[in-house]
Amino acid sequence: MARTENIRQLKTQKSTARRLKKYAWLYVMALPGFAYLIINNYFPMIGLTLAFKNYSFAKGIFKSPWNGVSNFTFLFGSKWAKIMFRNTILYNIVFIILGTVFAIFVAILLGEVRSSRLKQTYQTLILIPHLISMVLVGYLVYAVLTPNTGFMNKSIIEPLGGTAINWYTEPKYWPFILTIVHLWKSFGFQSIIYYATIIGFDKTYYEAAVVDGATVWQQITKLTLPLLRPTVIILLIMSLGRMFASDFGLFYQVPMDNGALYDVTTTIDTYVYRALMQDHDVGRSLAAGFLQSILGFVFVLGTNAIVRKIEPESSLF
Amino acid sequence: MAGKGKGFRVFANIILSLLTLSAVLPFILLIMSSVTSEDAIMKYGYSFFPREFSNAAYRFLLLSSGRILKAYGMTFLVTAIGTFVSTFITIFVAYLLSKKDLPGRRFLTFVVFFTMLFSGGMIPTYLVWSQLMHVRDTVWGLICPNLLMSAFNVILIRTYFMANVPMEICEAAEMDSCSQARMLFHIYLPLSKPMIATISLFSALGYWNDWINGLYYISVKRDLYTIQNVLNAMQSSIQFLKENASAAMTEFAMNLPSMGVRMAIAVVAVVPIMVIYPFFQKSFVRGIVIGGVKG
Repeated sequence: MARTENIRQLKTQKSTARRLKKYAWLYVMALPGFAYLIINNYFPMIGLTLAFKNYSFAKGIFKSPWNGVSNFTFLFGSKWAKIMFRNTILYNIVFIILGTVFAIFVAILLGEVRSSRLKQTYQTLILIPHLISMVLVGYLVYAVLTPNTGFMNKSIIEPLGGTAINWYTEPKYWPFILTIVHLWKSFGFQSIIYYATIIGFDKTYYEAAVVDGATVWQQITKLTLPLLRPTVIILLIMSLGRMFASDFGLFYQVPMDNGALYDVTTTIDTYVYRALMQDHDVGRSLAAGFLQSILGFVFVLGTNAIVRKIEPESSLF
Repeated sequence: MAGKGKGFRVFANIILSLLTLSAVLPFILLIMSSVTSEDAIMKYGYSFFPREFSNAAYRFLLLSSGRILKAYGMTFLVTAIGTFVSTFITIFVAYLLSKKDLPGRRFLTFVVFFTMLFSGGMIPTYLVWSQLMHVRDTVWGLICPNLLMSAFNVILIRTYFMANVPMEICEAAEMDSCSQARMLFHIYLPLSKPMIATISLFSALGYWNDWINGLYYISVKRDLYTIQNVLNAMQSSIQFLKENASAAMTEFAMNLPSMGVRMAIAVVAVVPIMVIYPFFQKSFVRGIVIGGVKG
């Protein structure tokens, strides 16, 4: 008994050694990739502990002294803590809901276009906003909104007899502006995703529906939307996992980092940047970043648990 | 979806035409503004129909073309190096993990996968790259942080390898004593061209459009600015272009066509990508579909 066990162990050891030898070069080739993950991803995870230190650039990562939770009490002592969490979450909710509805709407319309030439043209052009950087988007928005020479004031509001609006100093417009810009940049690629799902559906359903005299409207409400449901649910839940993340470019670049607008444009990401690079307030910045990472992680795990329950094959792990 | 519903089809075409227009119009405004004279802009604002054409903005850009060409050079350099390195280190990791009988496969896959779930965030990443790796104010500051490898791409390629490379070919190659490394280049890569083209494209776009690394890691050496960084710096100050301008600039020094120049430089930055877009449009759509449904 013991002997066979020994032999078996010996055998697996031997074959492991053989496989290690067989793949030796592949491990070596993959080394740079893993080294990169360690530096770029794992070191920063360890670096999260800095949120509990009184970090100073002079003393560095290892020598800075611990200071308990005082970075956090300091953070929550400022008015920004509430504002940045409120903004991050609210913008995300609005973006997710409007973005999804709009994308499905466009995808269904795309499915109704017969001419493949037109279809191709639409698809190509609506993706253009997704191609460019947020800096460029900032320029486009500037051309439209800058108070003295912008298209909005000079070509629309003033000719209609209204008074010019100082867009970049009026916070009340920015929740709408940012939402429109976000939708403008993302509707193309989101609808392409849904469109790809729609053209994957079984054509015979639709043929049968037409034979039974279903109208286009009935085909959409009785076939397309129910068939899309699983995809929508998965994508929705996945975006919940990114609830505490925000598009730094959108909130920093498009309002041009304008102080007058901070109340409605500060998200966790822009706060973290501003606190670190402009106010040199590393403590608060670290504390905010720490909360973002941990809450993000908890949400990813939570949403994945939900997906695993509803649609096991779509879960991440 | 065939047969009836002609009315709805017309409606679909109208709405889609409007949406398409809305996606493109801001760019037209940008281009038109860049060829409008400074006076006309001051008086009538940025407009789709310039009252008075002028090439002053572009003449000004030509004078400071040294700076812009340099920035373009940096963009090309960073995009080329970044995309090349990124594609290969990603493929190497993916290939390793695609071997089903690899010792330590589960653990190594987890090491990659976990980075998709949990991240240290901006500040610790910034501190690691600037304090530990000393990439500040070097070209590596533009290339290395965040953009070089994504766990998502590794998993995509690994899955693609496992699903699309027939085991029989590999076994036959093994019989012919083809080494595992050679197998990658002679069997796996030729069979995965579209997938690899797609991840390279997204990597290249990521580098081309990136301005955040420049914002964080380039503070003193403005020579290293890419075109996106120049745009970003210009947003706050048009002075930036004047800084190392030549004597010929005195012509403009007093009345700098700043309104038009802003738009002209944005046009200069956006044109190359629009010109080559038709050529990579297919890969781009494929990438969006793969990435969207999976993640």
